[in-house]
Amino acid sequence: MFALGLIGLLVRRNLIFILMSIEVMLNAAGLAFVVAGSRWMQPDGQVMFIFILAMAAAEVAVGLALVLQFYHLHKSLDADAASEMRG
Amino acid sequence: MQPLFYGAAAIAILSTIMMLSRLNAVHALLYLIVSLLAVAVVFYTLGAPFIAALEVIIYAGAIMVLFIFVVMLLNLGERATELERTWVKAKMYIGPMILAAILIAEFVVMLSQTRVTAHSAGVVGPKEVGAALYGPYLIGVELASFLLLGALVGAYHLGVRKREGVSKGNHVDTYERRTAARGDLVRAGTDRTAGAA
Amino acid sequence: MLKGLWLIPTLPLAGFLVLAILGPRLARKPVAIVGVGSIGLSALASLLIAASFLASPPAGYAYTQTLWTWIDVGGFQPRIAFYLDALSLLMTLVVTFVSFLIHWYSAEFMLDDEGYSRFFAYMNLFVASMVTLLLGNNLLLFFLGWEGVGLCSYLLIGFWYTDPINGLAARKAFIVTRVGDTALIVGLFLMYTHLHTIDIQELMRRASQHWAGGSGLAVAAGLLLLGGAVGKSVQLPLQTWLPDAMAGPTPTSALIHAATMVTAGVYLIARTHVLYSLAPVAQEAVAIVGIATLILAGLSALTQWDIKRVLAYSTISQIGYMFLALGVGAWSAALFHFMTHAFFKALLFLSAGIVTNALHNEHNMFKMGGLRKELPVAFWTFLIGGCSLAGLPLITAGFYSKGLIIWQARAAASGSTALWVLSIVGVLLTSLYTFRLIFLVFFGDAKSRVSRKPGYAMKVPVIVLGVLSILGGFVDTPWFLGNVHRFSDFLQTSLPPPVEGQIHGVSELGSEGLVGLAFAIGLCFSYLVFLRRRNLAEALTARPLGKALHQFWFADWGMDWLYDKLFVQPVLWFARVDKQDFIDLLYTGIARLSELFYRAVRTTETGRVRWYAAGIVFGSVVFAAIVLFL
Repeated sequence: MFALGLIGLLVRRNLIFILMSIEVMLNAAGLAFVVAGSRWMQPDGQVMFIFILAMAAAEVAVGLALVLQFYHLHKSLDADAASEMRG
Repeated sequence: MQPLFYGAAAIAILSTIMMLSRLNAVHALLYLIVSLLAVAVVFYTLGAPFIAALEVIIYAGAIMVLFIFVVMLLNLGERATELERTWVKAKMYIGPMILAAILIAEFVVMLSQTRVTAHSAGVVGPKEVGAALYGPYLIGVELASFLLLGALVGAYHLGVRKREGVSKGNHVDTYERRTAARGDLVRAGTDRTAGAA
Repeated sequence: MLKGLWLIPTLPLAGFLVLAILGPRLARKPVAIVGVGSIGLSALASLLIAASFLASPPAGYAYTQTLWTWIDVGGFQPRIAFYLDALSLLMTLVVTFVSFLIHWYSAEFMLDDEGYSRFFAYMNLFVASMVTLLLGNNLLLFFLGWEGVGLCSYLLIGFWYTDPINGLAARKAFIVTRVGDTALIVGLFLMYTHLHTIDIQELMRRASQHWAGGSGLAVAAGLLLLGGAVGKSVQLPLQTWLPDAMAGPTPTSALIHAATMVTAGVYLIARTHVLYSLAPVAQEAVAIVGIATLILAGLSALTQWDIKRVLAYSTISQIGYMFLALGVGAWSAALFHFMTHAFFKALLFLSAGIVTNALHNEHNMFKMGGLRKELPVAFWTFLIGGCSLAGLPLITAGFYSKGLIIWQARAAASGSTALWVLSIVGVLLTSLYTFRLIFLVFFGDAKSRVSRKPGYAMKVPVIVLGVLSILGGFVDTPWFLGNVHRFSDFLQTSLPPPVEGQIHGVSELGSEGLVGLAFAIGLCFSYLVFLRRRNLAEALTARPLGKALHQFWFADWGMDWLYDKLFVQPVLWFARVDKQDFIDLLYTGIARLSELFYRAVRTTETGRVRWYAAGIVFGSVVFAAIVLFL
């Protein structure tokens, strides 16, 4: 799942899709934690997942607000439009 | 339990793949929701019902809904779908797929080096999770609340539109000046004093 | 009275400082007063000190005045100290006195020039350096003076720096003497390393103790010092700079390039005479250099058309006589000739200055003529100087000093008949070119109009020098002409007398007679060719052999051409080859390499988010691989 999210991040140019892929990756990481916790019958894995969840929520909020600003500025959602370096 | 696990896992992976290849943002989001629901089922089979519930409520419920709202707010329309068609080509997948493949391979190698014991069937209920949260992980809870507060404030400020009637004044909009000067940052500031009036 | 010794170099130095700092703001008269006055006071001081020295000589006929310790490092402690003995006293006296006369003359001569104060500043600095050279008691102070006079020579030759030719001549002078200076420095180092002192008198003592006669070290040191002397005193093979140095103002040529700086080499060899006594090979080399230069320069002087260049070659030739005398061990004779030469050569230059000034800077002798009516002072003083130079018997100073050298060339232990004969040939040549000069300039038909007559500031010094050119010789005369030996007796308090060898065949009388005869032949021949029948000279030079010789001697025996081919062209060729600075390629290569790397790395800064994300992924993959497999 993580690998899939990674592929999505690298391939898509639309900012929304990039954010979605990041969500997938976070979810995958959380899944790994829960599996570990379940294996050893301890709540710690689930606790970690809750924290990850909280973090993902915060990140999405801020990220989407940024997307809105980006759209105002560049009038498009192309991630490559933000490149000003002449490298 | 086992077939449920594998079935849900397969659905999760499949729908993620579908999500990646969609051109329309809303279609992709719907596939993502399906994927998240499948992952919730996986959590349930692993003996974490509380987490499964949380996944559905918060992740699929709140976060994805936020996504959908924003997408609809942006109101991109057909043009965006056309653009996506030009951007997403098959050959773009090659490089990332190679990298991901190597990553998976490394992961598999790592796993194979440790002994995998049998999966114990047991349920860790909400009571234990709660006890852990308010016990040793209390500080994490507090920090999480800080984080959420910060996100709240940040999102508010970032989301606010420019108020009408605020004079340009001394504020120089670099982007606009730059586009006016056709990308030449040096010339972008040449009429700075004019804007300061 | 001797305590005022330090004033002699310090007064001109003070004059230099005043003129260097305040000069541009002062009017002509104050500048002249400071410039000439400082030298005048210095000359007065040296006169008084000389009187005191002669009246009541200090112990050992030598007086040292130490001012302070200059450097104190390890065991090396040179002092600022002045050493006065017969040699340095004589030379200082002559130098300051002649300098004073020349400065007085140039107060009027340079009146039209814009760089008036600059000129006097440089001349004062020169006199200060020259006196330091003469009076310094250790080699370091001596070398300071040596370099100082070289610097002033450069500054004054290139005085009119706006014309690039003058700059070229100045640089040539400096570089050629630099070659000699290098030899000198190596010689100084050699002596210091082996004898561990730089105090000259101490050095000479230790040399005679530690170095056996004829030892390699003594010969090496002697030859190296000779190298230095050759550069400064314009002898073979470093004589190419003096004719070009005539680009400087005439008073400069008179002072530096006739009377004083060019005799610094003579002083050096005389000062270190102990070394030369220990190394007969080196001393022979001195004599050979002297005699060769003498003849060479004499022949070159015969072909020149520029009045100052004739005098330049004449100077080279006369210093050859001094070197010859040093080479055969006739120390006092060399210094006698130095003294008389200072008088008559300065006189000749100053009179020539009057002539060129009168004719609006015309230097070509063939465009002059019949000036003896218009410029009587110049004519009579020039005549006296010229006769003294050529050696008019009995009444001129030059006759006595040259005669003494020529006799010693035969009579001294290291002398030989060959040297004697050649030096008499030299007299013939001298007489020839001198009278050629006089006849062309002052006799015959007038070709240019005289526009300016000299004022009294220019007339008095030349008259004084004229008187000295006659009377100066009477301090030392041969036994059949008065048997006066004041000069040699005085100098023998610091320099040994010449070692007499076997005299057979010729007596002193005969030698002097032959000298007089050579003079007369030269005079007559000159009269015939240059006054009576000009076409004879033209006929001689028109024939192919005559023409070739004329060209060859005019071009200073081809030495300029030789040095150009040997040294200048290869350096220029290499500079051309190196124009792209390929030796620097190593360093620019490093810069370019890093620039290449920069460009390569720059392509990774695209500004695209996905590119950076890919970078992160790639990095983490590599990292995981390292952790797993290594």
